Amino acid sequence: MARTILPFGPQHPVLPEPLHLKLTIEDETVVEALPTLGYVHRGLEKLCEVRDFNQMIQIVERVCGICSCLHALCYCEGVEQIMGVEVPRRAKYLRTIWGELHRVHSHLLWLGLFADAFGFESLFMQFWRVRERIMDIMEATCGNRVVVSVNVIGGVRRDLTPEQCKWIEEQVAIAEKEIRQLSSTILNDYTVKKRCCGKGVLTKDQAYQLGAVGPMLRGSGWAQDARQTGYAAFGELGFEPIVEYDGDSYARSAVRFRETLQSLDIVRLAIARLPEGEIASKVKGKPQGETVTRVEQPRGELMYYLKADGSKHMDRVRIRTPTFANIPPLLAMLPGCELADVPVIVLSIDPCISCTER
Amino acid sequence: MLGNLINQGRIKSPWVVHFDCGSCNGCDIEVLACLTPLYDIERFGILNIGNPKHADVLLVTGTVNQRNKHVLKNIYDQMPTPKAVIAIGACGCSGGVFREAYNVVGGVDKVIPVDVYVPGCPARPEAIIDGVVAALEKVKKLLGMTA
Repeated sequence: MARTILPFGPQHPVLPEPLHLKLTIEDETVVEALPTLGYVHRGLEKLCEVRDFNQMIQIVERVCGICSCLHALCYCEGVEQIMGVEVPRRAKYLRTIWGELHRVHSHLLWLGLFADAFGFESLFMQFWRVRERIMDIMEATCGNRVVVSVNVIGGVRRDLTPEQCKWIEEQVAIAEKEIRQLSSTILNDYTVKKRCCGKGVLTKDQAYQLGAVGPMLRGSGWAQDARQTGYAAFGELGFEPIVEYDGDSYARSAVRFRETLQSLDIVRLAIARLPEGEIASKVKGKPQGETVTRVEQPRGELMYYLKADGSKHMDRVRIRTPTFANIPPLLAMLPGCELADVPVIVLSIDPCISCTER
Repeated sequence: MLGNLINQGRIKSPWVVHFDCGSCNGCDIEVLACLTPLYDIERFGILNIGNPKHADVLLVTGTVNQRNKHVLKNIYDQMPTPKAVIAIGACGCSGGVFREAYNVVGGVDKVIPVDVYVPGCPARPEAIIDGVVAALEKVKKLLGMTA
């Protein structure tokens, strides 16, 4: 049969970001998909040569605006490990609270975009309406809606007062109620299931061999999450990853939906156990040495390799982001699918191109 | 008479197309947040569409880099006149924190003419709505509709 090559992106209504896929199609079936990257490449890693190690926090936060807090957390933990700084317990808990709130807003954002990918616009609006409540918490506690910039080397920049904690708990309770109201639509609705179940299947073995991370991996039956390593306050709070076994788009959206509720629980638990004390320890000197740190970003495992040579600039900042790891599984999922399912499958990996290309 | 009616429609209901030009996503999600129930730009008749050939206003977020400057120029050229361009965020205005990175050309105005600059990192949804309204004033002037 005659083959047609169809460009998908870089400017595409379903993608908020420029990703270009060259789809080879036979009739309506995709035979091959080739990605072209580089539309968002800025060269952030090399900026460590002109910005000192404290200023790099502002740079790594802007690797990706959606999960900025976790990028900064990963970087700060790395520099703290190199410099041997002990972070106060209260700061660890505050980092956990803001990190998990970031995960909630990112997952709600994704659930909305995913609904939009199969044309369910009112569900998109509903998820984003709930998300604004989380954005309000960010703004009230950090001063900015998206790039919160609370992490510094040695701790955090802002504290939570008891009144703020109480208010956050109230808001989180309302948000949870509103999210639960949407559960029957995203998880049980006939049309939603029709568009997601069995689409873009990634088997358990494939997920392992192709190196999938995050909800992709957990949607395929692997119980692996970087939060199990116990960064920030997870060592004290304890953590159980959420796993689904079908490996299709529906399983991945179910993982993210359940993780949203789980993260709200973690926020509540962290606030309940929030210890008293300092929020940042004093940091002296300059880093020397190298380290690798891992945190769980909303999209999967994020890894930073940091090397410092004792000057005020880092020698090397290497960032390995989750979407980069999830592109090979995406290319394995696309061949054989219908052209109409391409947006759903592409969205189901939660692509963050800005992270991938930096 | 008919031309007058079309111009009225352009001002009353501008269609915007959004292009992410190497942004960190911070501004993009704020542009999307404008569409959602809390901010709801549709109440001003502003509609977000995917096709630049249908659009009156181009929203650009992020810095321009060596690769996507051609894409940006291409999208701008496809839009019918009269058109307005809004650069959103510190990166769109001047390059922001990335201005020293090797692959960054700079602000959006290095490639295409910009009518309105919306500062902020990321720009707030209110500021973006304000920017679109300010761009409409420029379009009005282009159409000779200023009172």
